[in-house]
Amino acid sequence: MPLKANSPEGALDDKWTKYRSTMNLVAPNNKRRIDIIVVGTGLAGAAAAATLGELGYNVKAFTFHDSPRRAHSIAAQGGINAAKNYQNDGDSVFRLFYDTIKGGDYRSRESNVHRLAEVSRNIIDQCVAQGVPFAREYGGLLANRSFGGVQVSRTFYAKGQTGQQLLLGAYQALSRQISLGNVEMYNRHEMLDLVIEDGKARGIIARNLLTGKLERFGAHCVVLGTGGYGNVFYLSTNAMGSNVSAAWRATKRGALMANPCYTQIHPTCIPVSGEYQSKLTLMSESLRNDGRVWVPAHKEDVMAIREKRMSAKDIPEDRRDYYLERRYPAFGNLVPRDVASRAAKVACDEGFGVNKTGLAVFLDFASAIQRYGKTEAHSNGIHNPDPKKIEELGKKVIEAKYGNLFEMYEKITGEDPYDVPMKIFPAVHYTMGGLWVDYNLETNIPGLFALGECNFSDHGANRLGASALMQGLADGYFVIPYTIGQFLSKEIRTPKINSDSPAFMEAEKDVDGRLKKLLSINGSQSVESFHRRLGLIMWEYCGMSRNAEGLQKGRKLIQELRAEFWKDVFVPGSDDEFNPELEKATRVADFLELGELMMVDALDRNESCGGHFREEYQSEEGEALRRDDEYAYVSAWEWKDGDDPILHREDLEFENVELKTRSYK
Amino acid sequence: MSWITNFLTSSIGRKLIMSLTGLFLIQFLLIHLIGNLQLLVDDGGEKFNLYAQFMTTNPVIKAASILLYAGILLHIIQGLLIWKQNSGSRNTRYAVSKNPNVDFSSKNMAWLGTIIMVFLILHLWQFWFKMKFGTVPPIDYNEGTGPVKDLYTLVAAAFKNPLYVIAYVIGMIVIALHLKHGFQSSFQTLGLNHKKYTPFIKGLGLIYSILVPLGFAIIPIYFYFFR
Amino acid sequence: MKLTLKIWKQKNNSSAGKFETYSVEADEHMSFLEMLDVLNQSLLEQKKEPVVFEHDCREGICGSCSMVINGQPHGPNKGTTACQLHMRYFKDGQTITIEPWRAKAFPIVKDLVVDRSAFDRIIQAGGYISVNTGQAQDGNAIPIEKGLASEAMDAATCIGCGACVAACPNASAMLFTSAKVSHLGLMPQGEIEHTKRVQSMVTQMDSEGFGNCSNVGVCEAECPKGISIENIARMNRQYIGSVFGSQTKVEKA
Repeated sequence: MPLKANSPEGALDDKWTKYRSTMNLVAPNNKRRIDIIVVGTGLAGAAAAATLGELGYNVKAFTFHDSPRRAHSIAAQGGINAAKNYQNDGDSVFRLFYDTIKGGDYRSRESNVHRLAEVSRNIIDQCVAQGVPFAREYGGLLANRSFGGVQVSRTFYAKGQTGQQLLLGAYQALSRQISLGNVEMYNRHEMLDLVIEDGKARGIIARNLLTGKLERFGAHCVVLGTGGYGNVFYLSTNAMGSNVSAAWRATKRGALMANPCYTQIHPTCIPVSGEYQSKLTLMSESLRNDGRVWVPAHKEDVMAIREKRMSAKDIPEDRRDYYLERRYPAFGNLVPRDVASRAAKVACDEGFGVNKTGLAVFLDFASAIQRYGKTEAHSNGIHNPDPKKIEELGKKVIEAKYGNLFEMYEKITGEDPYDVPMKIFPAVHYTMGGLWVDYNLETNIPGLFALGECNFSDHGANRLGASALMQGLADGYFVIPYTIGQFLSKEIRTPKINSDSPAFMEAEKDVDGRLKKLLSINGSQSVESFHRRLGLIMWEYCGMSRNAEGLQKGRKLIQELRAEFWKDVFVPGSDDEFNPELEKATRVADFLELGELMMVDALDRNESCGGHFREEYQSEEGEALRRDDEYAYVSAWEWKDGDDPILHREDLEFENVELKTRSYK
Repeated sequence: MSWITNFLTSSIGRKLIMSLTGLFLIQFLLIHLIGNLQLLVDDGGEKFNLYAQFMTTNPVIKAASILLYAGILLHIIQGLLIWKQNSGSRNTRYAVSKNPNVDFSSKNMAWLGTIIMVFLILHLWQFWFKMKFGTVPPIDYNEGTGPVKDLYTLVAAAFKNPLYVIAYVIGMIVIALHLKHGFQSSFQTLGLNHKKYTPFIKGLGLIYSILVPLGFAIIPIYFYFFR
Repeated sequence: MKLTLKIWKQKNNSSAGKFETYSVEADEHMSFLEMLDVLNQSLLEQKKEPVVFEHDCREGICGSCSMVINGQPHGPNKGTTACQLHMRYFKDGQTITIEPWRAKAFPIVKDLVVDRSAFDRIIQAGGYISVNTGQAQDGNAIPIEKGLASEAMDAATCIGCGACVAACPNASAMLFTSAKVSHLGLMPQGEIEHTKRVQSMVTQMDSEGFGNCSNVGVCEAECPKGISIENIARMNRQYIGSVFGSQTKVEKA
C-alpha cells in the first residue's frame, strides 16, 4: 500500500502559508471541550503541551522523569539552526532547506523540510521572548557559529548548553500553563500502551512509577514526543532512561515505523574506556570549528603512542595525517557527521587508532590556539609576542568558546585537552528514523501524532548538527498547534472519552499481564546484561557499516536473545512499588523487538545513504553509493508479532532539488 | 493577612529584621566601646563615671536606649524563631557531614548567638542592673553634676575576679565570631552584593569583628593585671 | 580498587531507613555511578534488591543525580555532579558513605531517590515569562548587553538538582529560587513582570517547608554549576524592592 504524505499542493515556498490559512480550525468554545494527551516533555512535547494549553485545549502531559526539565533534550550542547541570515553570509530559507535535504542524503520529504526551514526563524524569536540567554555580540545582538555540513553561520547557541536553555524555556512555558490549569502534568508516569477505539487513538495506559498502579487516560487524540531509540545500542550518547517504548507500543498497535535503520553515529565522542561503561559522552560538534582531526601517518608512531612511549605532541607535522582535510578539502573538518564518523572508522580499521583499544583519533586544538593567540596579541597591541604569550592568549580564547566542554573532557579522561589533543571516536547519537507521519505529523493511526526525534520526517538518512533542537521546537511550537486542528475539527461532537470502555480495560489487562510475566520469569540474568548484549549485536551488525550477511546473522542473534530474555531475565521486587528494574525490563523488551526491525530495514535497503552504509554499495574511493532509481522511498514498516514485518513505501518526490551525489570534496 | 505581615513572616522578611537589627547592634557596639575605653584613662574613673552618668540620665540617650533594648529583643526573638524553623527543615540528619568550604561562624550563628545571650544576661545583671536598680556608692567630682554613681569602682572590683575576666574574654571571642559572619551577612541579606564592593565590605567586616571585641577584651585584662 | 560502601536503604517514605554495608571492586576509570552499576549487577546476580538511585543523562546536565557522598552533595570534586565524578578521586580500601538529599521538602521516594517536585512548584509560581507562542517580535529587536546576557546565562545554568538544598545547614532553597529570579529578571524580556515573579516564587518557596537562608554560602560551594550567591542577594533586593516599591501584592496560598 503506497503511503500518502498529504503534502499540500502548490509551490514549495508557499505550501505552508497557504495550507495554514485554509486548514480547518476548532472554535475556542470547542477547544475547551477537547482533551489532548501529550506523552514526553522534551523540546517537542513540552513545546506542544504548552502551546496547545495556550490555545485553550485541555492537555494532559506525561513524563517518566520526576520533572519535565530532565528530558534528554537538555543535553544538547552545540546549538540551534535558523535561517535568519543575521550574519549576512548568504543564508536563506531555501539554503537551510537545501542543506538539510542534501545533508539528509536526499531521503527526506521536501515539503516537511521546507516548512522546518521556514519556521526556524520564528523559533529564535519565540525563544528570545521566553528569556533564553543566547550568546550575544558586544553590540547586544545575537551571535552565531557554524556547524558541520554547511558553509554559513546560522547556529544560535547558549554556551555549550543550548539544549538545556531551550528546554528550560519550553519547561517554563509549560509550567505557566500548569499553573493556569490548562495543562495537567503527570510526572513519573510512563506510557505502556496506546488505546485505539474505532480506529482512532483515544488514550494511553500509563504506570504511576511511584505506586506502580496502572492508570487509564482517555483523550480525543494522542501526541507522542518521546524521543529517539539510540539506546537500542546500549552504549550511546542518549540518557540512560531514553527509550523507544511509547513509539514501539504505537507500532505494536499498528502505527508504521519508518526508516528505523537510519542511525546517526556522532564523530566526536569520548572513546570507550572499559567494559563497565554505561554511556558515552558527546563532545559538541562545534569543536570541529577549531579542532583538527588527525592520526599519525606511520604505523610505528601509532604503536609508540599506544604504548605511551610517545605523546601526540612529539609527532612532527609531516608525520601526521589530517585525513578529513586531505580527503575533503572543501569542507575539511566540517564535513557532515556521517562522513566524519566513517572516515574515523576507516582510519581505525586500517590500524591507525591512537589509544590502547585502537578505537580513537585525535582532535587537536594546537593550531587554533596559535591562530587565536596571534590575533588576540595583535588586538591587545602586543607586536612581537613570544610563543608562550601567544599560547596563553590562544588558550584563553579557546576556553571562552569551549571551556565547559574541555572541563568535562578532563573530568572524564583525566587528561588536559589544552595541552594534549583530545581523543575521540564515533558513537551512536541520534536516530533519524521513527514513527511514520504525514505532513500533519499524524501517523497512519488517525489521532496519533508524533513530534521531534520520535518521528522520521525531516532529517532523511542523516541529520545536520544543530537541527534536532530546531525540529523538536518547530514541531511543538509551530506545526502541531495548527495541524492538529485538521483532525480535531472533525471531533468536536465527540464527547469525553470514557476510559472505562472495553478497549481501555483490555489494554490495561495486556499491560498488567506483561508486567506480571516479566516478574514471574525469575531467571538468572539481569535486564542490564541483556541490554548490553543487544547493544553489542547492534553495533557489530547494524552499526557504522553493515552488510547483508551480517544483518541476517544479527537478526537471528536478536531473535535468540529475545527468546532467552523471556526465559531467563531476573526482575526483582513487585509491580506495586517504585521499581526501576521493572521499568528497565519493559523498555529492553521493546528494544529487543525494535532491534530486529532495524536489521530488517537495513537489509532491505540495498544502497548506502547517510547514516546507513552498506559495504556492498560504495565507490572505489570508499564513499557511499546511493541508488536513487530504486531506493528513493521511505520504508515504513508494519510490525507483525512472530512474523516478517510488512513494508509500506512512501515514494519521495523531489521537485525543487536535483538529486546529486553528495560531495564535500 | 496584610502585605506587611506577609512580608515580615516571609523568609526574606525575617532575615531582613535580623539584618537591620544586627547592623543597629553593630554600630552600638562601636559607640559602647568608645565610651568604655575611658575606663583605661588613668584618672581614677572620673571621665568614665561622668560619661556613665550622662548616658543614664540624658533624655535623648534614654529614648535611644529603648530602641536598643527593642533591637536586642527583636534580634533574639527573631533569631530563635528562625533557628526553630531551620532545625525543622530536615527530619533526618546526615550521618557524615563535611563542609570543607564553610566558615565555622557561618554554620554556628545560632549557637554563638545563644552564648552571647547568656553573656549579655551576666553583663547586664552585673553592671546595668546594679547601676539602674541597685545601690552604687556615689562620688562627687565637683563638675556641677552633683554626686554620680561610681560605676568605675564597681567595674574595677569585678575585674579583679579572674573568673569574670575569663568569662568576658570568652564572651568577646564569641562576639568576634558572631560578627565575622554577621557583618557581611547583613549586607548580603539587604541585597548588597556587588563584584566591586563586596570584597571591601567583607574586609571591613573582618577588621571590625577583630578590633571591636579586642578593644572590649583589653579592659578586663588591663584591670586584672595593671590595676 | 576495593571499596566499602555504606548506603542508605529505605523502602519508601513511610518506612524507616538504615545504612547497609556493601563491598565492591571498582576501576579507577569508572564514574561513580558506573561503580554503583557494578554493585547492582552483583546484587542482582545474587537475586538481591539493587540500590535505587536517580540518574539519567550521566553527563552532568539533567540534574537527576541526588546523592551525598561522604558528607558532600555530588561528592568531593568541585563543580562536578555525581555522574561525572570518577573513581580515580578515591583511594583503594576507602569507606564511602552514600546518603540521599535530606530535607523535609524533599521526601524520600526510595533509597537514594527523593521527590523534588517542590522545585517544579516554585517554577510554576512564576519562573517564566508570560508570552504565548507566536507573539514574539524579531529576535534582534531588543539588543541585550553581552555582559548582562552572560550573567543571566550563568544563573540560568542551574540544573535543578537540589544540591544547594542538600548542602545547606537549613535546607534552604534560596539558591535555586534566586537563580531563576535572577536569570529572568536580568533579561529585558523578563524584567516586565519581575515584581510579581519574585513575590510569588518566594511565597511558594516558603510554603514548601525549606529553611531560611543564613548566608552560609555552602550552596555556592557545593553547586555543581557554580551558581553564585550574588543571585540570592539580587533576589533579596528585588523582593524587598518589590514589596515596598511596587503596587504588587501577592497573597499566601
